[in-house]
Amino acid sequence: MRIHGIEEILSEHPVFKAFDKETLELLAGCARNEHFRAGDRIFAEGDPADKVFLLRHGDAAVEIATSERAPIIVETLHAGDVLGWSWMVPPYRHMSDARAMTEIRAVSLGADCMRTKCDDNPALGYQMFQNLLPHMAVRVRALRMQVLDIYGTKKG
Amino acid sequence: MLVVQDQEPDPMLPRRYRVRSTWAELAGVTSVELTPVDGAAVAFRPGQFNMLYAFGVGEIAISISGDPAEPQRLIHTTRSVGAVSAALTKLCEGDMLGVRGPFGSAWPVAAETGRHIVFVAGGLGLAPLRPAIYHVLEHRERYAGMTLVYGARSPDELLYAEEIKTWKSRFDTEIEVTVDHANPAWTGRVGVVTSCLDRALAGIDPAMVSAFLCGPEIMMRFSVMSLADAGVPPDRVWISMERNMKCAIGFCGHCQFGPDFVCRDGPVFRHDHVAPLLSMKEI
Repeated sequence: MRIHGIEEILSEHPVFKAFDKETLELLAGCARNEHFRAGDRIFAEGDPADKVFLLRHGDAAVEIATSERAPIIVETLHAGDVLGWSWMVPPYRHMSDARAMTEIRAVSLGADCMRTKCDDNPALGYQMFQNLLPHMAVRVRALRMQVLDIYGTKKG
Repeated sequence: MLVVQDQEPDPMLPRRYRVRSTWAELAGVTSVELTPVDGAAVAFRPGQFNMLYAFGVGEIAISISGDPAEPQRLIHTTRSVGAVSAALTKLCEGDMLGVRGPFGSAWPVAAETGRHIVFVAGGLGLAPLRPAIYHVLEHRERYAGMTLVYGARSPDELLYAEEIKTWKSRFDTEIEVTVDHANPAWTGRVGVVTSCLDRALAGIDPAMVSAFLCGPEIMMRFSVMSLADAGVPPDRVWISMERNMKCAIGFCGHCQFGPDFVCRDGPVFRHDHVAPLLSMKEI
């Protein structure tokens, strides 16, 4: 019953809704429900990237800590977003902190489990990247705009 | 009784205005409220600009950021970036300055009744949009909906922050605010305007959207892409351009943009009219 529920959740998520039933069943074996209270640390920079989180409800802040000043929020994520990309790329460690800004309900997918399934089934791996890459591309484009500091003062 | 004068007799002749009040909006950004010394207040349309003349320093184009329904309260918001704008941000109550205008094209909000109005603003780009926002809020029943998506560099650089809270408190508006980065005390969104816009558009029939954009050109370019991807008709998107305007009446050519002069034919353009030029480098 619990597995069936997670399949449904995955099938409604923007990243996974294009997957067929068989694939969702396969991925559901790597999934579990997660809950965070406002203020909870979801992961910290340097932690093993052993999960990817699919946010269902609530808001998360992605932060970069610095020694000289308070952490800087570089991105907030919301229902429908994917939190954590480092599970896909060696050395599989988080490159930022993530904190729950509000109560969060999410589904996590175990990174080892996902990687093993993708290694065993390259077609699944390819489909996974096809579905995740557009979301990553949107985030990279957004970060480029942030780097441009477009609201900076033009001296003249 | 207030008499509103519709037109300036000589567009090159500044009229004297006195500063009624000034207030700081942000660090280096000040609003001034002006009142005419010679004659009546001049009516303006949302999106138009005036040439403000700081005596002995120079003249620059500044968008009108006040309510078009209250032309007697002529308000401009200026960021101090050069000699003239610095002088304008240092004005005090009772000071005098010269004003020519209003000039340029306007946001066609009055013609877009029945539609869902989406405002997309970045940084100080909210100032030229504010008169159009006032218009929609004052005639809200004439529109299917109103959404404002506003982005700024950081929470302490959000223009008109208190007023945005007031707009947000209304039940008939959708207000989405995002910043490029923030400290942990910030409880709102962090991310670029386009991410916020995609979410805001998700619940709206794109065929019913009329969009008005003002901010850095890069922001407008990517926002227009988001609007197009969502299915907003290309002939229902308007942007406001910023160029170095001098004469304000299309004589001097300083603000030439392809076949147009931004001061005379703009600053508000329908996006599909200027789109081919926007992607050209260094025009």
